[in-house]
Amino acid sequence: MPRGALSAIGAAAVLSIALTSCSSSSGPVTSTGATGKSGGALVVGVTSDPDTLFPWKATQFTAVNVLQNIYGTLTEFDKDLNVVPGLAESWQTSEDGKKLTLTLRKGVTFGDGSAFDSKDVKASLEKIMDEKTAAVARASLASVKSVEAPDESTVVLELTGPDAALPANLATVNMAMLSSDDTEEKLNATPNGTGPFTLGKRVPSQSLTLARNDKYWGAEKPKVGSVEFRVIPDESSIVSAMQSGNVQLAVFNDPLVAQTAQGGGTITVTKTPQLSYHALQLNAQHGDLKDVNVRLAIQCAIDRKQVLDTAALGEGEVTGPITAPAFKSDPAQRPCPSRDLAKAAEYLGKAGKSGGVTVKAIVSQGEYATSVNEAQNLKAQLAEAKITLDLEVLESGAFVDRWVAADFDAAVALNGGRPDPDGSYARYFTSKGNLNKVAGYSSPELDKLFAEGKATTDPAARKAIYEKVSAELEANAPWIWLFTSYTYTGTTSNVSGFVPMVSGSLQYLRTTSVA
Amino acid sequence: MRRILANRAVRRVASTIGTLFGVAVFVFVMLRAIPGDQITAGLGTEAAALTPAQRVALEQYYGLDQSPVTQFFSWLGNMLTGNFGYSARSQQGVLEMTLHSLPVTFELAVFSIVLALLLGVPLGMLSASRTNSPRDAFGQVVSLAGLSVPAFLLATTLLSIFAASFGFNPNGQGFATLAEDPLLNLQQMFLPALVLGFGIAAPILRTTRTAVLEVRSEDFVRTARAKGVPPRRLQVRHVLGNALVPIVTMTGLQFGYLLGGAVVVEQIFSVPGVGRQVLLGIQQKEYAVVQSTVLVIALAFVLVNLLTDMLYRIIDPRVRAS
Repeated sequence: MPRGALSAIGAAAVLSIALTSCSSSSGPVTSTGATGKSGGALVVGVTSDPDTLFPWKATQFTAVNVLQNIYGTLTEFDKDLNVVPGLAESWQTSEDGKKLTLTLRKGVTFGDGSAFDSKDVKASLEKIMDEKTAAVARASLASVKSVEAPDESTVVLELTGPDAALPANLATVNMAMLSSDDTEEKLNATPNGTGPFTLGKRVPSQSLTLARNDKYWGAEKPKVGSVEFRVIPDESSIVSAMQSGNVQLAVFNDPLVAQTAQGGGTITVTKTPQLSYHALQLNAQHGDLKDVNVRLAIQCAIDRKQVLDTAALGEGEVTGPITAPAFKSDPAQRPCPSRDLAKAAEYLGKAGKSGGVTVKAIVSQGEYATSVNEAQNLKAQLAEAKITLDLEVLESGAFVDRWVAADFDAAVALNGGRPDPDGSYARYFTSKGNLNKVAGYSSPELDKLFAEGKATTDPAARKAIYEKVSAELEANAPWIWLFTSYTYTGTTSNVSGFVPMVSGSLQYLRTTSVA
Repeated sequence: MRRILANRAVRRVASTIGTLFGVAVFVFVMLRAIPGDQITAGLGTEAAALTPAQRVALEQYYGLDQSPVTQFFSWLGNMLTGNFGYSARSQQGVLEMTLHSLPVTFELAVFSIVLALLLGVPLGMLSASRTNSPRDAFGQVVSLAGLSVPAFLLATTLLSIFAASFGFNPNGQGFATLAEDPLLNLQQMFLPALVLGFGIAAPILRTTRTAVLEVRSEDFVRTARAKGVPPRRLQVRHVLGNALVPIVTMTGLQFGYLLGGAVVVEQIFSVPGVGRQVLLGIQQKEYAVVQSTVLVIALAFVLVNLLTDMLYRIIDPRVRAS
């Protein structure tokens, strides 16, 4: 080989090392606090880093879970999804239900050391209600007319009418209480909340480390000194990282990955049923689906257990509309609790469509693991009832675009459930709901029932109302509810104290310890 | 004017600028052809719940209220002044992001190419040394495996075996650059470079085999042999030396592709290179991130091609003479 060629290769190698060395760190580091405090460091494996650090706009799994550990909310959920005090020590509803008075916890401070008081609550709620903020939880405050702060530790919400779901709505991180001095721009770079942790260090796309907030108001301080959310884009690679001891905790969605994790013997996998539910959403405003009989025919032609078994390894439970434990629907109460092709044919006959119908369904590829398998099983089952399900498999961005525009006959979807049924469904199935366009169905009866549910505070009476909501939804089949699946929390043997929640929340990182 | 254009260097620069402009327009148009925008990418199906006023506020925030032409020229103008745009997701400038990810990809590309050459060239020569023999069959099998085993399969298998059986998984520790921790960095680069190198070794092996066979049949080789040049010297100095041009072409081409980022391998081994940067940009519809990074990749590709052309002049006197 000529000497020149060798020197050229040598030069390239030197250039490589020089270029690489220029990168003195693997990314800019945002550091606002010390990490590696006493109590050990917990590493959580996640497939992506947060897409935003602003709590009012966070909807992505990692973002919500990171921010939930940094920010505080007026109310909180306990492990059974009961609403418990958070930054508000207590709250009282006036007799006519039109006033909610919250008494705030004293001595709470933000991460930057400033005091939390009613001024911050008023500013936060008013900004969330302001359309210009584009906060995702704005609609949850639709019943709030005004917010007053008569003294430092009291906040009074004047309501347009009784709203029994409001305390639960205040518990999500999208309702986080921010300091009245902070702006979105500032918080995107330097989060400042009242939660159990503060932001320690962030290397974009690689890791985000939380440091224990020693001034946290809760009786029980976080056990670990720091929690690092380490980005490992592939779930199988997270399993490998846990096997080699580099990651101690991770939440998996794919049942196959969970099986692999458990198979190795070094990882304990706990499965938790989820509030989110798989459904075949029908658009009752489109074509043949306008006829309730066609929708009921679809409902009767589907064996939900078969969908669950073929698409998700049987890992889940057949469900009715409401998945919240306190209000759970009984799937046995639906018009066709098990598959009934004769009844499906009868419904098609009533609709004058004995020859069959064709429905176009959108399916997302990549949004969640089981979508395409579910769609294919549904297609096969419906074909036996002369219902042709034309599948249009779309990249997840394209799916969201069509879904948001309600541009579909049917959609195979995984929807997030909420602890309160009003939060889950009023936005879809009331005539003024902000997602009613997508749901494509409402009725005066449902409007009335949801209004009653909101105005009733007695838990037993509310449960009875939402049972009627559930029955009304099943009887009109705007959607076909299929099943709920599990999430799988993998922990290594040195981790204890973590409590997985049905909402998928990682709020119990604060009680987790690493030996 | 004609004399200026006649200058090869000027022509080359002009065609490079043209190519890069074409890439810029193409990426810009393609990105906007993908359904959805930064709002739906960030909020997912929750975007359906936005009121019109909320949507307008978000469009202003992300600069989506500007016309596409304005967006294009303001981005291109900013690029020329060194402002590559800003990533709201990462809370940092795209230039800064690229200055961190490009060296990582460059290092991975160099390691992969070195491994590919170490595997491909000797095996190619071995194959060519006796055609249709068992050693040739061995070379062919290796090259077929390199071409047909998908990178994701090899990567996942290697990772699982090393992690589960030996507890060896440096890639699970959080990425370290060469400057931060050279030993850990080299460990983290080893498996991804091996996977990529194995895939690239195949075309290099095949090219080497064909080129060596072609050169070996030429008169000067016979003459050299007749003059008593020792076999090893003959193989390396005369045969391989003259077979280098196609091998360098193939290597340069593969190196250029590697600079575009090996998305799948970077994902599996959590290597924060440009491939992942572009992928995340596309997923989040962060237009500036994708446009600027792709343009930088295109520039790198052009430079590698230029470097390859220059290498021809070093290794082949005939090119120099022409």
